[in-house]
Amino acid sequence: MTLAKKKVVWAYIFLAIPIVFFAYIRVYPALFAFQMSLHDYNPLAAEQPFVGLENYEKVLEELGKRKSTTKAAFQNTINYVLLGVPIQLCLALAIALMLNEIRFMSTLYRIMFFLPFVTSTIAIAWVFRMLYQPRFGLFNVVLQLVSLPQQPFLRSPQQALPSVLALVIWQGMGFAIIIFLAGLKQIPRTYYEAAEVDGASRWHTFRYITFPLLNPSIVYLLVLQTISFLRMFAPVVAMTEQGRGGPLDATTTVVLRVYREAFQSFNMGYASSLTVMLFALILGVTIIQLSVTSRRIN
Amino acid sequence: MLRSRWLAILAVLIVLFSLGAIVGAQDDMVEIEYWQYNFGARVDAMNMLIEQFEAENPGIKVVHNSDIPYANFRDELAASAPAGVGPDVVTLFYGWIPAFVDAGYLVPLPDDPFSEEFILETFSPMVANSKFEGSYWAIPTAVRSLALFWNKDIFEAAGLDPESPPATLDDFVAAAIATTVYDGDESDIYSITTQGHAPALASQDHHWFREVLIRQYGGAPYSDDGRTVTYNSEEGCAAFSWLAAFETEHVTGSNDILDGSTNAFVNGETALHVDGSFRVGTIARNNPDLNYGVAELPVGPNGEQHTFGSYWTHGITRRANEDPARLEAAVKFLQFITTPAAGTLWVNNVGELPAQLAAASDEAILADPILGPFSAGLAYSHATFFVDESAQRQVLIDAFDNIRLGGMDPCDALDEAAAAEQELIDNFWADRE
Repeated sequence: MTLAKKKVVWAYIFLAIPIVFFAYIRVYPALFAFQMSLHDYNPLAAEQPFVGLENYEKVLEELGKRKSTTKAAFQNTINYVLLGVPIQLCLALAIALMLNEIRFMSTLYRIMFFLPFVTSTIAIAWVFRMLYQPRFGLFNVVLQLVSLPQQPFLRSPQQALPSVLALVIWQGMGFAIIIFLAGLKQIPRTYYEAAEVDGASRWHTFRYITFPLLNPSIVYLLVLQTISFLRMFAPVVAMTEQGRGGPLDATTTVVLRVYREAFQSFNMGYASSLTVMLFALILGVTIIQLSVTSRRIN
Repeated sequence: MLRSRWLAILAVLIVLFSLGAIVGAQDDMVEIEYWQYNFGARVDAMNMLIEQFEAENPGIKVVHNSDIPYANFRDELAASAPAGVGPDVVTLFYGWIPAFVDAGYLVPLPDDPFSEEFILETFSPMVANSKFEGSYWAIPTAVRSLALFWNKDIFEAAGLDPESPPATLDDFVAAAIATTVYDGDESDIYSITTQGHAPALASQDHHWFREVLIRQYGGAPYSDDGRTVTYNSEEGCAAFSWLAAFETEHVTGSNDILDGSTNAFVNGETALHVDGSFRVGTIARNNPDLNYGVAELPVGPNGEQHTFGSYWTHGITRRANEDPARLEAAVKFLQFITTPAAGTLWVNNVGELPAQLAAASDEAILADPILGPFSAGLAYSHATFFVDESAQRQVLIDAFDNIRLGGMDPCDALDEAAAAEQELIDNFWADRE
């Protein structure tokens, strides 16, 4: 074996360690979930009988009901995505464009927008929980100051979901801003100079230069943020009474439902079938997004 | 050169492992593991019991795992079982027992020393009622009941006699209305600064409704075999309406304000509160200056007294059953921590009442102004047979939220709850038959 070959072999051996670790910690449990979903899997029991597709039938039955927690979980999760992703990306893009313009103290501004993203979600969720408090919470104090009626926020079945969503949008926005800023830096200045010479308006510059050339960043963020909203869990647990996703299932998500079924009711088989369905949903949405949005731009 | 170094390392490892095996073999101690969730006073009390037990039984070592917070306790048990580790003796909420039996996690208590006659004769009736599928699966050190907590300072400020708590449900409503203080619109829950009573179904009020209020209105929560929900009756609806009215009609308080119903009472912001004896310890720790009293729960329209009894109870796991030596040690340990003496140690340190009647009917306990009312309640307490305590509680939380947040009629909300809970119960039994 030549020295060069030996080096490569050793490189593979060292790289194998994290790969084996990853396979055991991430891939194997994911595959195991598929297997569990076909069993009446109770972690406390000695035996886990095979039940075929019974768990999936139960999920479909729950989804078909007029009202069920599972149905609410899927509906809310879809609402989180449909509301959260567009709002978050539009705001992030607007802020990134502005940050891209300023020079004075620009680093400080960037840090301020990025900071929430690197702060613990649980800590932020608890702070927001206090801000949403009736009477003494900051938001209600402000409402009171300007003589507007007090709002129940997290305590109302109608307002709870938007209240949780506001936090998640704000917290995740820093990441999207950084990606957009990097994307903006990639756009050659010459395009803008040419546009200026041609007398293009600011809107036209954005519409025909910035937006199309940001497409890779937009696709990347769209896929990533959709997945993160589909997997929403921690903020809901931290912000709702006893982490139950209430009031009246108004904020519960599929992942929270998985957790509660698996660890509160010990129905791991049923919980796994929900996980598999969520997996299929994420896969499907991602494939559609990639094929629709990643057209090449000239 | 390289090979000889590897061989040397291997040799050292082999020697180390065999040494470990020799040490292990010489050690004929039986080691059992005991798990409970983290609750300061209970952990301390159990440490004292374990110390006494180990002194009496030098051949047994008890490893006490009490690091798990309440919220994660079930998760950790569920994670430990497939891994083949976990407790030999475990403390569970009595309402969880059917689910753990259903999973085959617990083994029945051995007839010797836990015979049926022994349990019937010496333990509180709610323990005797816990027979399931013809066997007893767990036995407690202590039991709890619900009683009425009232804040004497708030009573005095409202012009009521601080030494006479409401004795009937009607008095209770009147006192709650009289003690509520607003700083604005009296029909707005958010303008309350001192609460009369704040119903909280997520805490103890779902028990108060299930086992106390319904019976006091002349109804029954479940059929005698516990398999049919019967609370969606005229009586049940009257009882549920009575409870909901504190928030929707009398506007005396809500779990949504002042940091939740329980904290509000502990912080001295609520006049009347229904809770268990375990809350005495919380108050002593968090607000020792609270000027409060404890009384038996108010009497209902039919003049009857009822209360809800519950307990954390110890069972022997499948894991202990796999090794005769560990099983024997586990039984000995279980016997030791459920004696009247253990119950007395428990009441002094935790505030929960001894499960053995001999210790619970102690003169000192009955005469105690705080423990006395709880102890008196043991005679008329009921323990609900839960198939999935967490889910069954959620059903009533949702019913209550439907009334107060969704404006639903209490009878309709209760009908919906009964249907949902019946389905839970039916599913449980369908899997077993």
